[in-house]
Amino acid sequence: MTTKTVMDSDSVNRTISRIVNQILERNNGARDLAIIGIRTRGVYIAGRIAGEIERIEGIKPPLGTLDITLYRDDLRNKTEWPKVKKTEIPFTVEDKKVILVDDVIYTGRTIRAAIDEIMDYGRPSSIQLVALIDRGLRELPIQPDYVGSRLDTLGSEEVKVRLKEADGEDEVNLVTG
Amino acid sequence: MAFERKHILGLQELTAEEITLVLDTAESMKEVSERDVKKVPALRGVTVCNLFFEPSTRTRSSFEIAEKRLSADVLNFTTSQSSVVKGESLLDTARNLEAMGASMIVIRHPMSGAPWLLARTLDSSIINAGDGSHEHPSQGLLDLFTIRQLKGKIEGLKVVIVGDILHSRVARSNIWGFMKLGAEVRVVGPPTLIPKYIENIGVKSYFSLDAAVDGADVVIMLRIQKERQDSEFFPSLREYSRFYGLTREKLKYAAGDVTVMHPGPINRGVELSSDIADGPGSVILEQVSNGIAVRMAMFYLVASARSSS
Amino acid sequence: MSILIKGGRIIDPSRNFDKVGNILIEKGTVKSYPEDIKKLEKASDVKVIEAGGKIVAPGLVDLHVHLREPGYEHKETIRTGCESAAAGGFTSIVCMPNTNPINDNASVTEYIMLKARTEGVVNVFPLGAITKGENGETLAQIGEMYEAGCVGVSDDGMPVMNSKVMRHAMEYVKAFGIPVISHSEDLNLSGNGVMNEGYTSTLLGLSGIPSASEDVMVSRDITLAELTGTHLHICHVSTVGSVRLIRAAKERGVRVTAEAAPHHFTLTDKAVAEYDTNAKMKPPLRSETDREAVREGLRDGTIDIIATDHAPHSEDEKMVEFDQAPFGIVGLETALPLSLKLVEDGVLTINEMIAKLTHLPSAIINVRKGTLNPGDQADIVIFDPGQKVKIDRESFRSKSRNTPFNGWDLKGVVLYTIVNGNIVYSV
Repeated sequence: MTTKTVMDSDSVNRTISRIVNQILERNNGARDLAIIGIRTRGVYIAGRIAGEIERIEGIKPPLGTLDITLYRDDLRNKTEWPKVKKTEIPFTVEDKKVILVDDVIYTGRTIRAAIDEIMDYGRPSSIQLVALIDRGLRELPIQPDYVGSRLDTLGSEEVKVRLKEADGEDEVNLVTG
Repeated sequence: MAFERKHILGLQELTAEEITLVLDTAESMKEVSERDVKKVPALRGVTVCNLFFEPSTRTRSSFEIAEKRLSADVLNFTTSQSSVVKGESLLDTARNLEAMGASMIVIRHPMSGAPWLLARTLDSSIINAGDGSHEHPSQGLLDLFTIRQLKGKIEGLKVVIVGDILHSRVARSNIWGFMKLGAEVRVVGPPTLIPKYIENIGVKSYFSLDAAVDGADVVIMLRIQKERQDSEFFPSLREYSRFYGLTREKLKYAAGDVTVMHPGPINRGVELSSDIADGPGSVILEQVSNGIAVRMAMFYLVASARSSS
Repeated sequence: MSILIKGGRIIDPSRNFDKVGNILIEKGTVKSYPEDIKKLEKASDVKVIEAGGKIVAPGLVDLHVHLREPGYEHKETIRTGCESAAAGGFTSIVCMPNTNPINDNASVTEYIMLKARTEGVVNVFPLGAITKGENGETLAQIGEMYEAGCVGVSDDGMPVMNSKVMRHAMEYVKAFGIPVISHSEDLNLSGNGVMNEGYTSTLLGLSGIPSASEDVMVSRDITLAELTGTHLHICHVSTVGSVRLIRAAKERGVRVTAEAAPHHFTLTDKAVAEYDTNAKMKPPLRSETDREAVREGLRDGTIDIIATDHAPHSEDEKMVEFDQAPFGIVGLETALPLSLKLVEDGVLTINEMIAKLTHLPSAIINVRKGTLNPGDQADIVIFDPGQKVKIDRESFRSKSRNTPFNGWDLKGVVLYTIVNGNIVYSV
């Protein structure tokens, strides 16, 4: 098993800053933005994005947490079902520009589930997707709007995103074998 | 920890960890009911049958809503519609439902142990929605859920169950549930309705309501079946109410923040005076919405155990 | 054809006989106990059964069997019930009157006797009902049934609740010298009970039958036996209370005998734990204390005999809600290994066990069975007490399979059952 660091702490922070700038630029500021992170690590990145927006624009966009377990399309052939955690969206998504945040985009199935789930909360004016890492190998026609870094990976490899909030440090590793 | 039970037949069989997992999962499920679209696709393609041999609009509706919120296909079978009245056996009825594609059967039955018969014989997952005087696990779980939400914990609470313990499935499920999570459980009622061997389970039994509610954090009032009066169990509802009905007066011996629960429907003025039923310490309506969340959690966990076995 | 049973351990407790030897059967009777068998072994008309290391005993006698015919032939018939008995080592069985129609008059008795003679491979002795239609109110035609072949009267399954009727029944049978065989149960105390009232019934939420329901009636019946001087036989003793009552009654000389069923000295109400309807019978499986008392009663002779209460029910009838299932289990084909367990556990000696399954039950109904005297009808069982057996209900000769012992590993295999000099069962 070999581990290759593809992003270090500085790089993670710079990337998030860049993404925030891109979001603000594309949406002409923070008006009507809402940030929703996908459990588990998308939540932390979403939190940082919301904080960064507040620092730049002076207003903190509403922040939500999405647990997509109940929307997974693989429940019926999964042997071990994940523990259901809470989705918390303490605001209305109606007419919001939802910034959906995940750490890694891979097959696209998680994002499909997340979009479905958000739709059950109301009708946002748009949903834009942030992924810290796009590792390719998509199975559904879904593409992120904001990407931290693109990696060419194999299905057998694993992209491990480590974040201070959960893991004590910021780092992205590619694990092979 | 993964839930590994294909059936939920009673709380007696569940471990404290399993019960806690159901309650934790129910927390997440409760949020689904607060959305605009109160529906998630988790059980799409799963057919759940509600097989009810007793009229119980509340419990059946609660199960049905839970099933629908998880996107299951729902098949309702109640005694008046089923062939049971024509003399078909329980097993034959259930086998027919299974042949129609049901993979989970929710059963309410007037006889203790009926769900066991199905669990032993069928491939479907069986969820006990109340069997005779045995258990009513979903009710027990939702009572635990409600109390945990309200008090933050179960451990160390003094819980009193009042009424017809002998015939009550709610009592048995609550005794197991609260005891397993570390509460002190007391039962109280007329001696004819307190089983002789109940203390062997680990509860303390009382014949005086005043003594039993002393310091209680939770009082669970059981519904008294009207047909038990004028029988050899107790002389009249009036006398029952006088000794075992809960009033403000009697409640003053309990803890200041005592919570009063009732599985419903209430005989007002018999088990509970109206000022308590509608008063601040009552969570009777809260229990209804929690019931849906707990049942969703039961379905989700049983479905997960099915797919891993 | 003669039969020579060679080299077995012959146990006939009726005369304290316990020796290794040979038995010669001729013309349906025990001819002799020959010592020199060289000639016999070579004779062409003598079938030789090697019984070295096995036990040769009088054929077993079961005082408590439900043959179900007439009326419930889907559960058992006289033919299948007798085959089941033979497979269990029994050569004589006593059948209870709760058939349909009930055996409360001579024509039903005659029907049973005729069927048993033509289709049954073992000896069948019927019991008549105490009251007409087991209604508990009017005496059945006891005298005529006695003449037709009934060896006693019983209210098994539907106890006579009216004490005055029971008193008169006890008085009336004295004219014929037959016992009253009582299923002692207070139906009011039993209520809608379906299992023993105890911790297990509390957990399962099943209605309980308190032991008092048996004790109260055993007490009444003993009192009436004392009043009337009639021989009272108490069926399937299951409680510590009734063992105590019977012991005290015997001590003061009341003519009372009693039986215990293998399930009551083997199992407790814990066997019901998963609503197993094959653990549902009357009286119900009781607590460990009760089980111990029954074993002690067997040991000290308070309980005279072992009887199976063989009560067949079809699979369909048992595969229902516990409350709905009929009471009763089959017992003929498991009785011997379960009784041998008592010997293994040191409760009884092998001789005592055989006595409780042979001449003692015969004596209760006054029939000449359960002995191996020369000249006796040759009813014999040959079994291997040490051979292991896994109870397999699919192998039962009975029409029904309702046993809680399926899959049990026990010891004791019946090798031959001989009735009237004919081999009616062999492995």
